[in-house]
Amino acid sequence: MSAAQGAAPTEAPHEPVFAGKPRERLEALFPKYPTKQACLLPALWIVQEERGWISPAAMAEVATVLGLTPAYVRGVVTFYTMYHTHPVGRHFIQVCTTSPCHLCGSDDVVKALLKETGCGELGTTSADGRFTVIEVECLGACGFATPILVDNDFIESVTPERVPGILAGYR
Amino acid sequence: MGYPHPPHAKESVVLSKHFGDAGARTYAGWVERGGYEGLKKALGMTPDALIEEVKASGLRGRGGAGFPTGLKWSFMPKNDGKPHYLCCNADESEPGTFKDREIMRWTPHALIEGCAVACHAIGAETCYIYIRGEFTEPYKIMEAAVADAYKNGAVGANAMGSGKRIDIVLHRGAGAYICGEETALMNSIEGKRGNPRIKPPFPAAAGLFGMPTTINNVETLAAVPHILMRGAAWYKGLCLSNPKSTGTKLWSVCGHVMKPGNFEVTMGFPMKDLIYELAGGMRPGRTLKAVIPGGSSVPLMNREEAESALCDYEGVVEKGSMLGSAGFIVMDDSADIVYEVYRLAKFYAHESCAQCTQCREGTAWTTKILERMLHGQGKPEDLDLLLDLSDNMTGKTICVLSDSCAAPIVSGIKKFRGEFDAYLARAKGPAVAV
Repeated sequence: MSAAQGAAPTEAPHEPVFAGKPRERLEALFPKYPTKQACLLPALWIVQEERGWISPAAMAEVATVLGLTPAYVRGVVTFYTMYHTHPVGRHFIQVCTTSPCHLCGSDDVVKALLKETGCGELGTTSADGRFTVIEVECLGACGFATPILVDNDFIESVTPERVPGILAGYR
Repeated sequence: MGYPHPPHAKESVVLSKHFGDAGARTYAGWVERGGYEGLKKALGMTPDALIEEVKASGLRGRGGAGFPTGLKWSFMPKNDGKPHYLCCNADESEPGTFKDREIMRWTPHALIEGCAVACHAIGAETCYIYIRGEFTEPYKIMEAAVADAYKNGAVGANAMGSGKRIDIVLHRGAGAYICGEETALMNSIEGKRGNPRIKPPFPAAAGLFGMPTTINNVETLAAVPHILMRGAAWYKGLCLSNPKSTGTKLWSVCGHVMKPGNFEVTMGFPMKDLIYELAGGMRPGRTLKAVIPGGSSVPLMNREEAESALCDYEGVVEKGSMLGSAGFIVMDDSADIVYEVYRLAKFYAHESCAQCTQCREGTAWTTKILERMLHGQGKPEDLDLLLDLSDNMTGKTICVLSDSCAAPIVSGIKKFRGEFDAYLARAKGPAVAV
């Protein structure tokens, strides 16, 4: 699955991300690396944590603070599947369906998630804006099939029966 | 122990001794359990003596390639005046493998200690631990452990009071299997797309930021302090079969077994016992059909091969596959080999960095061909076409991602041809489009 598709990026004026606390976090990164460019992945994580996704304007801002070009930053953002280039639901659910999980019934977990969240289809956001569900490749917890990642919460051994209870915690 | 299960009598518990014991996660807890003694000892040794000790232990890389660790360290230049770097590969993304995750979750200080020892051996002041983005919990635990280690002076400007500077920096990935390839990982740390680099130059000559770099897997580094404390001879003695494979190894077992989990056994352990005893065997009424033993990137083994193999680097090769990262994907007779091979091809197609044509096109087209077979639209010539594409995907690219895609396809067709033929026999006629 490629990155989730959501509403088209809005054209609202860009409020800089790197001010106050996020700026401090960014500057704390600089001494850890011999180049500013090496701070790109962590800087993009800061943007995503602050804004929920990485807009073209935010990419341009990152480029400015790290001395890169917006096109270069975009090239990096789009390489990595965890960076959102579109807004996503308030809770972002990633479900593993690679072979070991497939053998253990991950398809049924996907179905249950799509039904219970109201998303209906992978990669879309539910009408209430609460959930986006995507299929991901191996989450690295094959002995605990099926793992899902809800925002930053890693949940193991998910079965279709457990899905409603898990989602209740994110309503 | 066979986390999340109670330890099995046949396990040889070294790395996994404290799995499930949250008390081992803090600096104080780790010291109480004998931690940081290995680092203390290492800092009192010369780098050369340290490298010799690790060489003598026979420790080989646990990430997949099985390259001798001491030898790798010895490739680093001496007194060249350049900064040296250590990279720890914690980008565990190989389907079927989930051992490094448990090491980081339960014994984060074992990894920090191993990293610090390796830094001393290769003359590095900085170690970057590259943790895949999806590992949110291991990252948090590692972050707390690194802060704890700094606070207690185990690492930092004056590591263990030795006067040596050892910095540990965590770097979070962002969703890319290919970043587990060593040079892609280095590009990713440098703030670039995770494209593997052409080698040579090898990392020991020009690696991270163009400087001499060593890269080791989590499990490899976590084993090093044990070797220092208990001696190379002890580690070398942990061997049930081929003397080239020494020590203990964590085997992640998943798929159709009763007790999936991580099991730590001595090299050379019978695979049959691992599957049927430690991992609890098949589900009731089911029989073993196939095993992919090295994470998904290696050839499938059929039942006879798996039941007669020994779990070490040579033993698995002898039975037609490779040890890889020792992630066991077990399939019973309910598994559809054609679908599983297709699912793996789809994985590689998704994860290809798209630099090399053979990989970008090969992974995509093998996936499409397998998909049409599954939909009853396979053509009689499809198996030959898959084998031909696989040949073009093997040994012809910058890294081995496309080789990894070809391995299950070629071995699947070779060992389970009947299942592919059955799909073709059921085909509804020529496909109009793929």
